[in-house]
Amino acid sequence: MESIIEGFRRAFFLIFNLDAELLSIIFLSLKVSGLALIIATVIGLSLGSLIGLKRFPFRGIIISLMNTFMGLPPVVVGLFLYLILSRSGPLGFMSLLYTPSAMVTAQSILAFPIVASLCHSAIISVDPIIKQSSMTLGATPFQVITTIMKEARYGIMSGVIAAFGRVMAEVGAILIVGGNIAGYTRVMTTTIALETDKGNFELALALGIILLTLSLIVNMVLHLIQKKGMISK
Amino acid sequence: MSLRLTVSNISRNYNGKPVLKDCSFAFDSGCIYLLLGPNGSGKSTFLRICALLEDTDSGEVNFVEDNTPLDSPLVRDTTPLNPPLVRDTTPPSPPLLRGGVRGGILKKDIHLKRRISLVLPKIGIFNTTVFKNVAYGLKIRGFKKKEVEEKADRVLESVGLIHKKDFNALTLSSGETQRLGIARAMVIEPEILFLDEPTASLDPHSTTIIEETINKLRKHNRLTIIMVTHNIFQAKRLADRVLFMYDGKILDHGPNRDFFEKPKDERTYRFITGQMVY
Repeated sequence: MESIIEGFRRAFFLIFNLDAELLSIIFLSLKVSGLALIIATVIGLSLGSLIGLKRFPFRGIIISLMNTFMGLPPVVVGLFLYLILSRSGPLGFMSLLYTPSAMVTAQSILAFPIVASLCHSAIISVDPIIKQSSMTLGATPFQVITTIMKEARYGIMSGVIAAFGRVMAEVGAILIVGGNIAGYTRVMTTTIALETDKGNFELALALGIILLTLSLIVNMVLHLIQKKGMISK
Repeated sequence: MSLRLTVSNISRNYNGKPVLKDCSFAFDSGCIYLLLGPNGSGKSTFLRICALLEDTDSGEVNFVEDNTPLDSPLVRDTTPLNPPLVRDTTPPSPPLLRGGVRGGILKKDIHLKRRISLVLPKIGIFNTTVFKNVAYGLKIRGFKKKEVEEKADRVLESVGLIHKKDFNALTLSSGETQRLGIARAMVIEPEILFLDEPTASLDPHSTTIIEETINKLRKHNRLTIIMVTHNIFQAKRLADRVLFMYDGKILDHGPNRDFFEKPKDERTYRFITGQMVY
């Protein structure tokens, strides 16, 4: 018990003293996850909107695949990406393995189905009368689409925030393709895993506290967005 | 300038079942038309097709420019009004039309669609404020902010919703929602306004407010209103001309008083006297 308390004491010491190593890890984590989230949002939003707004052949198969990909095991994604990016793999010539770019790719693959699926759900749950109403008011086809997207905005935002939660908490895939290289590809989650293995709990705990705080902030933002979306007089 | 709507031989099937059967009619501009008929007679489908929200299976919906002065004499009065009860099903004669200069058939593009508007029976309220709902039609037309505010406020004032302009529109009552639907259509100043049962399921007070709003619109120069209802008394109160639809066909039509006092078809007579069983 004492060692845990001591671990927490040292962790808070690291946080409040703005430890350089700690800051660089946090910064890299936010950079990798932020970039992955942007890519996942662009792909997910486009795909989700397409299948939410249009009817075309094989749409049902795409929806099923997307829902399946929402639960992709990170280590499996990491493994496949490793095989593709390794020297002997089809994209080996790009020398991306063990770089932050590989980590961004892995996280984007894991996150985009979440954005796409939740975006699709948000769009199809918009009352069809909204589409007709905007048409009767003289909206162009593009304006009709933006109106529907606007109506689905809270659901779409929930998808983006859920995807952010996933990328921030991800460890399996980025450990495989990033290699956990200190100062280069070491992020919060991989550091926690490593430091716990080493029995060095203070840094792991400090990062754990920060991750939890970030998660709390993200959830609060989500709550605020959803609250704003509710009807209020 | 205003729009004149002509429908020629339109038919529509839903899942093989005919809903509209060879309907033709020419609507004069600046009048209030009430489409009467029992449930399932095809009134709403007819309206949606006229408002270009749905396509026809056959026939044509055409809009032409109408440059005729409103006070020009009515011509082509071929509507036989006597005897009052005729037991035949021949299509009704063409309605009264004003003579004058008319342009060619307009292309059914976004420019034409922006000159008409349809208020659906269920108003698709956007999840935002009452003001932004009304401003929508203006914003998508690229009006400037100041103009949007002025026009939207004026219309909200006229439908009695100005005090709720900053409320979320989804919190409005049924009557207020219906008024908001009309306000949203009014603000864009359409030349033809289609109303699909705007007072269905409303209490008498809300119905009166909606009817007063429609009556205010009547004074609007050149605005044609085509409204669906199955309320005979409402048709008597509001209509310049009444059309009676039954089983997907326009069975009867005429100016308000003639329609109710001298119906040309027996089914019209049975409907307006409450004897129709359907």
